[in-house]
Amino acid sequence: MSEPLPGRPHERKIVLSLAGITKRFGAMTANEAVDLDLHAGEIVALLGENGAGKTTLMNILFGHYVADEGEVRIVGPDGELVPLEPGSPHAALNAGIGMVHQHFALAENLTAFENIVLGTRPLLAPSTSSRADRQRLEALMRDSGLTVDLDLRVSRLSVGEQQRVEILKALYRDARVLVLDEPTAVLTPQESEGLFATLRQLADSGLAIVFISHKLAEVLSASDRVAVLRMGRKVADLPTAECDRQKLAELMVGHSLSQSRREPRAPGEVLLALEGVCAGSGREAVRDLSLALRSGEILGIAGVSGNGQAMFARLVSGLERATSGRILLAGRDVTAGDARAMIAAGLARIPEDRHRDGIVGAMSVAENLVIEEIRSARYQRLGFLDFGAIAARAREAIAAHDIRCRGGSAISRLLSGGNIQKIVLARTLDAEPAVVLAAQPSRGLDIGATGEVHRRLLAARARGAGVILISEDLDELFALSDRIAVIHRGHLTPARDAGELDRATVGLMMAGHAEEAA
Amino acid sequence: MMEILDILVSPNFWAAALRIATPLIFGVLGALLCERAGVLNLGIEGIFTAGAMAGWMAAWLGAGLWGGVLVAALAGATFGLLHAVLTVPLGLSQHVSGIGVTLFATSLSYYAYRTALPDVTSPPRITAFQPLDIPVLSDLPFLGTVLFQQTALTMLALAMVVVVGFVLYRTPLGLAIRAVGDNPAAVEAQGLSVMALRMGTVVAGSALMALGGAFLTMSAFDAFFFGMVNGRGWICIALTVFASWRPGKALLGALLFGAFDAFQVRLQTEVGAFVPGQVFLMLPYLLSILALVMVARKADYPRAMLKPYFKGQR
Repeated sequence: MSEPLPGRPHERKIVLSLAGITKRFGAMTANEAVDLDLHAGEIVALLGENGAGKTTLMNILFGHYVADEGEVRIVGPDGELVPLEPGSPHAALNAGIGMVHQHFALAENLTAFENIVLGTRPLLAPSTSSRADRQRLEALMRDSGLTVDLDLRVSRLSVGEQQRVEILKALYRDARVLVLDEPTAVLTPQESEGLFATLRQLADSGLAIVFISHKLAEVLSASDRVAVLRMGRKVADLPTAECDRQKLAELMVGHSLSQSRREPRAPGEVLLALEGVCAGSGREAVRDLSLALRSGEILGIAGVSGNGQAMFARLVSGLERATSGRILLAGRDVTAGDARAMIAAGLARIPEDRHRDGIVGAMSVAENLVIEEIRSARYQRLGFLDFGAIAARAREAIAAHDIRCRGGSAISRLLSGGNIQKIVLARTLDAEPAVVLAAQPSRGLDIGATGEVHRRLLAARARGAGVILISEDLDELFALSDRIAVIHRGHLTPARDAGELDRATVGLMMAGHAEEAA
Repeated sequence: MMEILDILVSPNFWAAALRIATPLIFGVLGALLCERAGVLNLGIEGIFTAGAMAGWMAAWLGAGLWGGVLVAALAGATFGLLHAVLTVPLGLSQHVSGIGVTLFATSLSYYAYRTALPDVTSPPRITAFQPLDIPVLSDLPFLGTVLFQQTALTMLALAMVVVVGFVLYRTPLGLAIRAVGDNPAAVEAQGLSVMALRMGTVVAGSALMALGGAFLTMSAFDAFFFGMVNGRGWICIALTVFASWRPGKALLGALLFGAFDAFQVRLQTEVGAFVPGQVFLMLPYLLSILALVMVARKADYPRAMLKPYFKGQR
């Protein structure tokens, strides 16, 4: 157990204590004997890779799951720690625990106000809220700085505003412990900073705050204390001041990491060019896209999700037709090409949603590995599929890329996200394509699998391919990209050398302030 | 042309429209409640039949007309509970379960009727609800005929529009029902039980549907016939979409259908000599489909409809 930091008035008092929490799902142990104490007024980061058990632990705290062993105790009205009824979100709320879920728990057909008062009155009461309720909430908004238009339907609020509604829900119920699950996953860097400033203010007023994260930078800048989970166990619990990136990363993965390095390389000829391309309509539209991707470079496309990245990726991969402008691949006009034509012309596509677009979940690993080349003579004999050749290819790919599965006949959808991505990478990159389009290739992957994705993209660059990397993760973009362009509301800024840019500038451009940033 | 105008201004025509609309009002209100909570209830056709049979049977056995209405509601609630158990905690396909409930409830109603009355050739009759005779109100010109000479069940249907609207839009319960049909996780995160809300709403909605059936045997007619529900339940499912899941629009949709139906009967007597009768029978359905096509394109289905929810699931 760590000592609370000195100096802050609230921090000595324990408000919540998890002791010996163990949770198993079948044969898998999600949490094993986890202890965690929270003090009033502190911000604790719960750090760990995907599958480390962070979200499970917090879901136990909030009553979505019941722990197999262990106990949650929370400070009661008289200041003593009392056991919390397990498996009841209702009890957790009444005890003063508020949770901001990663996928917001908001009804989009209701207004912000209705979402906040939902469940706070007896169901058969004659009205949903009173004027006093409204005034109390407005006072809360003023005090916390979390302002939002209460009478707008949630479906019309931005993601950042929806998150504010989630936090207000907890504050409205007088939460003393606030849990946030990956709160910055959907925010711009500036919005994230704003969020952490608000959290600090709330902590100063006496709230205990836990946020779940796998981003080292925000853990280091925003927390007082870090608890690290690895494979369901708490492996460290220490003041943030005693941590650095290297140490946290090693604690998180359990061994020291070798960072993939981008070797300097002179870019070659232009492989892919977009000239004034427009496509789509409405929120999805992209307008007047121009870029030139050269051999031997990684071109990063930064942007907050939903700013036209999906349309851009569909366009380049031939799934969407341009309404104007030209697309040139290796000097040939492919504006009218479909997906097969683009693959034939040397484009490899790593799709954003690997479960939906990267694999056919119901098909086997072997089938997914060859699905883009099924027409080639290599996998055919007399016009029929050559299952011997397909199985041989599967064995080779599984061995070469360490795809963890029962073998080539395993059903793909049952694999983990990291292994599914390895299938996609093997299929797309083993053929040594000239141009690689990687959309959010490491989203949702843990550090190990992310490292593999980065290594393979850098290898493609090293052999002279051009790589477009669409990502929301600035760390990833700056680690890999030679040049970076920013997409905002369907417009793409001119690409600039990554060395000339910094995170703050790109963050501003992601929020649409291209001029201020320039 | 003049004949058509004559039909449209006649109070008898509008009284008939409201009468025909009454079972549909109950049915659409019930269906929209279930769907607002996220559960499609295709058991409606069978629940109509069960309500028609059970209500009539209770009245025939001497429970009185209102006793019969209560029994019909209970029968509906029971089949609603069956559908709710299958679809909410067990999370089975709502389509399959609903159609199963319709088949089961219909057959069981016929079976019960045949078992109770094995040798009857012409269905026995009860004394059904009679048109109201309210001093002053019933004597009003036009409105008196249209509104106040209906039976008590029609009045109840109109009252239910207000009740369902009030519950849905004014009470915390309604707020929770609307939320649970959009995002059950939001409801669970606010400490409410998704399962209790959904099951309770489906049971209540099914009881309302059964009242639509009871109207048929206890108000529109005075006996129970096989096949008498005749697709009214399915019409309600379509009207729910037409109504955008709103009680007020549900009333409008049911009235529209009732008006089409009343209109075709009258039109038949006017121009029936030139046009085959089947064309007229087709008319209300055809016009309903047209109306549906116009509004359904923008239909804003409850987002969580058809999706089972399990506690703690992301």
